[in-house]
Amino acid sequence: MLLWRGSIDMTSATSAKRIDDNKNKSDRANREGLRGWLNPIIYGWERVSYWFQRLTGIFLLVYFIGHVYETSSLVSGPDAWAAMLEMTQTIGGHIFLILVIGASTFHTINGIRLIFTHSGQGLGTPGRPDYPYDPTSVNNKQRSGLWIAFILAAVAMLYGANVLFSGGE
Amino acid sequence: MNIFKKDKRKEIKNETPLERSNTSTSGQSLVKLRVFRINAVQNPNDVPHFDEFQVPVKRWTTVLDALLDAKSYQDSSIGIRYSCRMASCGSCGMKINGIPRLACYTKISDLDTNTITCEPLPNFPYIRDLVTDFSQFFDHHRSVMPFVKNKKADIPNVNELTEYEQTPQDLDKFLQFSYCIKCGLCYSACPTVATDLKFPGPQALSQAYRYLADSRDSDKSKRLKVIDTSHGIWRCHFAGSCSHVCPKGVDPALGIQLLRSHLLGLSNSEKKLAKLHDRSTNSYREGEGE
Amino acid sequence: MTSDNTGNNRNKNKNTTTKWFSNVTLIRESQIMKIHYITAVGALFVVAIHIMMRLIMPFNMSLEFENVILNYKNVFYALLLESILILIAIHGFNGLRVILLEIRQTQIWERGVNILVIVAMIGIIAYGTRTIIIANGFSLG
Repeated sequence: MLLWRGSIDMTSATSAKRIDDNKNKSDRANREGLRGWLNPIIYGWERVSYWFQRLTGIFLLVYFIGHVYETSSLVSGPDAWAAMLEMTQTIGGHIFLILVIGASTFHTINGIRLIFTHSGQGLGTPGRPDYPYDPTSVNNKQRSGLWIAFILAAVAMLYGANVLFSGGE
Repeated sequence: MNIFKKDKRKEIKNETPLERSNTSTSGQSLVKLRVFRINAVQNPNDVPHFDEFQVPVKRWTTVLDALLDAKSYQDSSIGIRYSCRMASCGSCGMKINGIPRLACYTKISDLDTNTITCEPLPNFPYIRDLVTDFSQFFDHHRSVMPFVKNKKADIPNVNELTEYEQTPQDLDKFLQFSYCIKCGLCYSACPTVATDLKFPGPQALSQAYRYLADSRDSDKSKRLKVIDTSHGIWRCHFAGSCSHVCPKGVDPALGIQLLRSHLLGLSNSEKKLAKLHDRSTNSYREGEGE
Repeated sequence: MTSDNTGNNRNKNKNTTTKWFSNVTLIRESQIMKIHYITAVGALFVVAIHIMMRLIMPFNMSLEFENVILNYKNVFYALLLESILILIAIHGFNGLRVILLEIRQTQIWERGVNILVIVAMIGIIAYGTRTIIIANGFSLG
């Protein structure tokens, strides 16, 4: 195959060095960029998982920072606490909390699935691939974790909606 | 093609979409081939555009056949790289209707459409038209030291060298990953590669596992050092896209996860592998002593 | 694929190898990611208890100032909150670091991201701990 840069020192160490020194703007040419992250449709369920896990993670981090700030109003006494609590007692606040419940449930269950898959569990074992070359790692066994995550997130959101809108009575 | 409903063994129906499509005056089916055009080397400021060609196709026509037809009879300047035409060399990788595929391995009748859009592989710098620069890709491949390294094999006296014994079970641990043809489809489908220049990509990481799992290899620590960095194996999030697009069933995602389980110290198979490796080393030593 | 100078400059390569590996930071990425997984599992249990505490009485009542302060006055619950704070701060900001590192790869960006997340981690833990300590010593009169 064509080596575009002409003759190249092909040892592993110099290759690693070249990667480390990659400062050439053209090296980034045709990289998909963030568009590559946000392409959840055509690559299967694992890509959906990747996208949702990342999105819920960022969302939950924002919520966590907000939650720590929100609870800090405790130190200013009951009035400040009540004023802060008031903000979450609106319909918008309830919807936001329901989204937090859904995101945290999904992120947790899918995260457990990912810990298993990252540990090589539930992916099958290497073998001798034969046509049509269906990959063993993208199987329904580990994917079921993703579906369970979606289902439990929906259930948790319904339960959360019930608690929040009824005050848990 | 919707990859969620992937069925490569699609039955050949009596009436394919092509037969319902436009037909030329000679009665042959025609498809519209949209080809990405750019000459990035000759003119760095060249604006990419698509050229369209009407190409006659049959049920068994591949995208590569169609491109070569367009190149032969309509525009000889189309830039395309190909060699074996049988999914063995990995030269003709390109984005076909939005998904990285081998042009020689993609039948037009399987695409269920009359418009075929061919673009260069994403995440590879352009050279010309559908031809991309694989330098970074091969740099990453080489950086993981894709070769068997065994200190005991470095014997000055060549006549002293003996063959390595390897059981079929040992072979099965890495054989799948050795089927990689370095076509770059996994690299172009990977979401991390889309933004991370230093990430080795699915191909290089699965090759790292291929040599790690090889019972003949004894120099694992250096390879693991290269991949255990802030832009190494941990930037894989198991999006599985690499395995979806791999035309040879290498399943890079599996190799990467097994490699990661090795780094996490969680893999039972790795412990077994280590035992096997010790055993083979001992038997080698015994053989040496005789 | 061929190259006419394959395998040359062996001595030079030794130097570049040293330089390449000397870039390794204080803590290996595998250790960071092990911490990432452990904090995730740890957070799962402590957050579950934290949420259950909101459900042992009607939700709105559990958020009344007196009830919340009583929660904070329980040393075990205060320790639980502190552990949530630490575990989620580490897990969350490391997750953010992972995402940000994947966006750009310049040395300034990478160092900036690492410093930013460590400062943010320490900052949020300190700020949350302040709330826990003050609320723990709060007098309900």
